[in-house]
Amino acid sequence: MLIESLTPLLVSAIGAAIPLLFAALGELIAEKAGVLNLGLEGTMLMGALSSFLAVAEGSSLFLALLIGVAVSVLFTLLFAFVTISLQANQVATGLSLTILGVGLSAVIGKTYVGFSAAKSFAPAPIPILKDIPLLGPSLFSLDYVAYFCLFSVIAIAWFLTKSKAGLALRSVGESPSVARSLGLPVTKIRYLAVLFGGGFAGLAGVYYALAQFKVWQDGLTSGNGWIALALVVFGTWRPFKVALGALLFGSVTVLGLYFQLVDIKVSAFVLASFPYVTTILVLVYLSMDKETIRRHAPAWLGKPFFDDR
Amino acid sequence: MKLSKRVLLISASLMTLGLAQSVTAAEPVKAAFVYFGTPGDAGWTFAHDTGVKLVKKELGSQVTTTIVENVPESADAERVIRDLAAKGNQYIFTTSFGYMEQTLKVGKSFPKVEFYHNTGFKSSENVHTYNSRIYEPAYLAGMIAGRMTKSNTLGFVASFPIPEVVRNINSYTMGARSVNPKVKTKVIWISSWYDPAKERQAAETLIGQGADMLLQNTDSTATLQTAAEKGVYAFGWNSDMSALAPKAHLASVIHNWGPYYVKTLKAALDGKPSKENVWGGMKDGMDGLVSLNSNIPASVKKEVEAKQADIISGKFKVFSGPMKLQDGSMKLAAGQSFTDQEIDSIKFYVEGVEGQLPK
Repeated sequence: MLIESLTPLLVSAIGAAIPLLFAALGELIAEKAGVLNLGLEGTMLMGALSSFLAVAEGSSLFLALLIGVAVSVLFTLLFAFVTISLQANQVATGLSLTILGVGLSAVIGKTYVGFSAAKSFAPAPIPILKDIPLLGPSLFSLDYVAYFCLFSVIAIAWFLTKSKAGLALRSVGESPSVARSLGLPVTKIRYLAVLFGGGFAGLAGVYYALAQFKVWQDGLTSGNGWIALALVVFGTWRPFKVALGALLFGSVTVLGLYFQLVDIKVSAFVLASFPYVTTILVLVYLSMDKETIRRHAPAWLGKPFFDDR
Repeated sequence: MKLSKRVLLISASLMTLGLAQSVTAAEPVKAAFVYFGTPGDAGWTFAHDTGVKLVKKELGSQVTTTIVENVPESADAERVIRDLAAKGNQYIFTTSFGYMEQTLKVGKSFPKVEFYHNTGFKSSENVHTYNSRIYEPAYLAGMIAGRMTKSNTLGFVASFPIPEVVRNINSYTMGARSVNPKVKTKVIWISSWYDPAKERQAAETLIGQGADMLLQNTDSTATLQTAAEKGVYAFGWNSDMSALAPKAHLASVIHNWGPYYVKTLKAALDGKPSKENVWGGMKDGMDGLVSLNSNIPASVKKEVEAKQADIISGKFKVFSGPMKLQDGSMKLAAGQSFTDQEIDSIKFYVEGVEGQLPK
């Protein structure tokens, strides 16, 4: 009985977590290279819209996904050029990118509003595993894009801690001048990291457009780009912690809605504030642990680096 | 100092000149519309925009229309409305509840401009209100849901606990219980008018708890979309959403602002601007239930059509007795009915709605 009522909750929570996780993982990589990109929300919308238009014009799902990612990468290139090559303020540029993406996607998408997507990603349950109670319907009955998301948590964690390239990336975020003196191509690494982040933000957008809503509407991502940004800090720049954070945020949101249906005498307003209060509490708790933050936060985050090569 | 005085004088004389001109030449009427979102919401603002399109079609070059999108319900709204009035718009329509005080304030400074505020309850000499009785088609939607439900559980995705929304939950539930007294309605409040992700999660949660007929008083299409995905039925809200999910879509509860806009601006063209506060319903064509799913049995359709005819003729009023409160106590005895003012201040759940109304 308990499992029966928990299952739909976990399904919703994981559904809410997947796009957040995509965007947060990408941002994590960019931040590890020392670049803070506040343009996630705008980039997600561009990715969502372009993949939606692609299927509307008859492309296959996989091609639409690639188009969504490619457009997001190109869109982020704008940010990368202005902040890395021209060394503009990252916060201001990132905010402009979000404003641009929100507006641009609304204008271009105008004639497609309210249309449903011609094709969408369908769940592909994994045999045997799908029959496990609770986890089967929630974790092993996802679509391919979501599986890829879970896989990339592990891949990125491995990349950051175990690979040489990951070490190079982290050193650029710690101290670009030291990395530079070691002969690392700082500018190139920063570009790659930021564009990777853009691509993953694009995947988040594609996921909203073609796996969840399957329709185009203005502001489809409902501000979740900002939540993803918070999740990176929340998870203290560690992929597994970020994934946990995404799941926690998803669960708390869903629970807040669910508690309205069971006989608990708490105001809906209080319940609606749950996810945000939880986020603040966890952030407060985390920031008390100065040592962990110092160890994992990129020291050069948000600062431009003048590469004289 | 001297200079600015001269500038003032010149501009004042220019203004009188402009005024004189507008009286002599047959210039088009200037109307402006303030939108809360963009027509891209496929819901609330889309419905208003459809109305404005009808104005353009019917009145053509006799009316020039200015539209401002994405205006927050804050001090910004006052600035936008003031600006529109200062730019010579004579008829200004403010299309969201949260523009009420701002519209009244600007109305005081521009006594010659007529303002029309949507869904508010305060008016003045030149600020008039207009709204639709969308709870009427919501009642009809409830009747369909009551007949079609298998779990006897309806779901409602709600925005903010203001009377306008609470009465829609009530009429949906009363409609359902009029044909199926076993029906219960579960409600989730998402504290937003437009948040596709939250709307989706709320819909998922309702379905997870057994609801198989969903209605939403929010602006996006996410609830209907989620219902389609999970294989349950849902309704469109604000505008016709049937094309989006033909199988899951039972019917759409819509606002129809076009005829009102055309009528009001026609009156303006005739030199007799409307000063009425309008609360129109199905009989005025200001709202309705459209695009009924072909899966709805003919007998149910007939029943709904009969009730619709009774609402239009005035024979049936949604908020009339016998009507019981959530705890089963009698609120309205048979034969009694609510006045408009009472309908506009409903802050309670009727029998059949579950949970607690947020306060």
